Amino acid sequence: MATILSERGEFSVNAGPGKGLWLGAAEAATATGWSLRPEGLCRGEICVPAPKGREAEFTTADMVNLAAFWDHLVMPAAHSRDGDVWALGEGADNRAASLQSLQAPDFSLPDPDGTAHSLSDYHGKKVLLATWASW
Amino acid sequence: MSVWQDLYSGLQEQNFIIIAVAMDSRADAARPWIEAAAPTYPALIDRDHRVAELYNMVNVPQAVWINEAGRIVRPAENAGAFEAFRSLDFETMTVPEDKAATATAAKTTYVNAVRDWVLSGADSGYVFNDEQARARITVPSAEIAQAHCHFRLGQYLLRQARADEGQEHLAEASRLHPASWNIWRQAAAVNDLGLAAGPEFWERVNALGDAYYYPPVDMADMPK
Repeated sequence: MATILSERGEFSVNAGPGKGLWLGAAEAATATGWSLRPEGLCRGEICVPAPKGREAEFTTADMVNLAAFWDHLVMPAAHSRDGDVWALGEGADNRAASLQSLQAPDFSLPDPDGTAHSLSDYHGKKVLLATWASW
Repeated sequence: MSVWQDLYSGLQEQNFIIIAVAMDSRADAARPWIEAAAPTYPALIDRDHRVAELYNMVNVPQAVWINEAGRIVRPAENAGAFEAFRSLDFETMTVPEDKAATATAAKTTYVNAVRDWVLSGADSGYVFNDEQARARITVPSAEIAQAHCHFRLGQYLLRQARADEGQEHLAEASRLHPASWNIWRQAAAVNDLGLAAGPEFWERVNALGDAYYYPPVDMADMPK
């Protein structure tokens, strides 16, 4: 078992043996939004093939090495010493494009009672999004 | 937060909301502050600093103005704080009166600007058009994106009681994103008041030299 911390949340997954982060295609899609197709690893319209000659490092018939793809896509990733926890982030380019679009990125966070609030819950109002901290 | 509550109380009929986000990873550190302020707007807890990641924020308080269509009309910026604390006299533990007065005036100016926007909408002189807003947005580098990844992993490991390993990832996050006070102070030791304001903090502040801890808000009438 491994834990993936992705844009979509926190997921417990059955990671396969071997170097990297090997997942069944269905689990990989649930955890990251990236699906394994014949043409490569795909999200929406975008498909990224494994580099020629190195396919075995990236995919098998029904498994995908997310660590290899994240590295290939120059997207941020970090893992625990034992490789049982992986944080898979969004690439800086996508973050930058999102901000430059001026459409405010949505998020969902809990209040102290644990009730989740999303920015999009307040669509139609002006929002002052203000940060602070106890420290 | 009481400043925001006072502002919000006067504007509740104006199709306006404040969303306060505490950049607080430690369980329950923010709660007493929220309970004391008793906000009538949502006060959320962001243990992984998700909002800082999405909006490329580096310190608190920072704020973003978002209009009714969900568009950013003022990107992430200092929410009216003035760095009077840098003039702290350690003998008397006070700041000079003129600095304290500037801090009060800066916060008042910022709050008044928010009110003007709420009441005047796009006609407010404080609202940026798209071009102006884009020019003021800072976007994350690959290192910053990687830093947030380490920060998130580090916080997860800390919650799993894997303290040493967790701290390593927080340290790596800070190394990759040295401009982030959020990351550094969250990882730093706190005193009895819950503040990361020990000698290492002051060393880091002093290392700024002439650079700002709270960059002045880009508003014509903002006191500096």
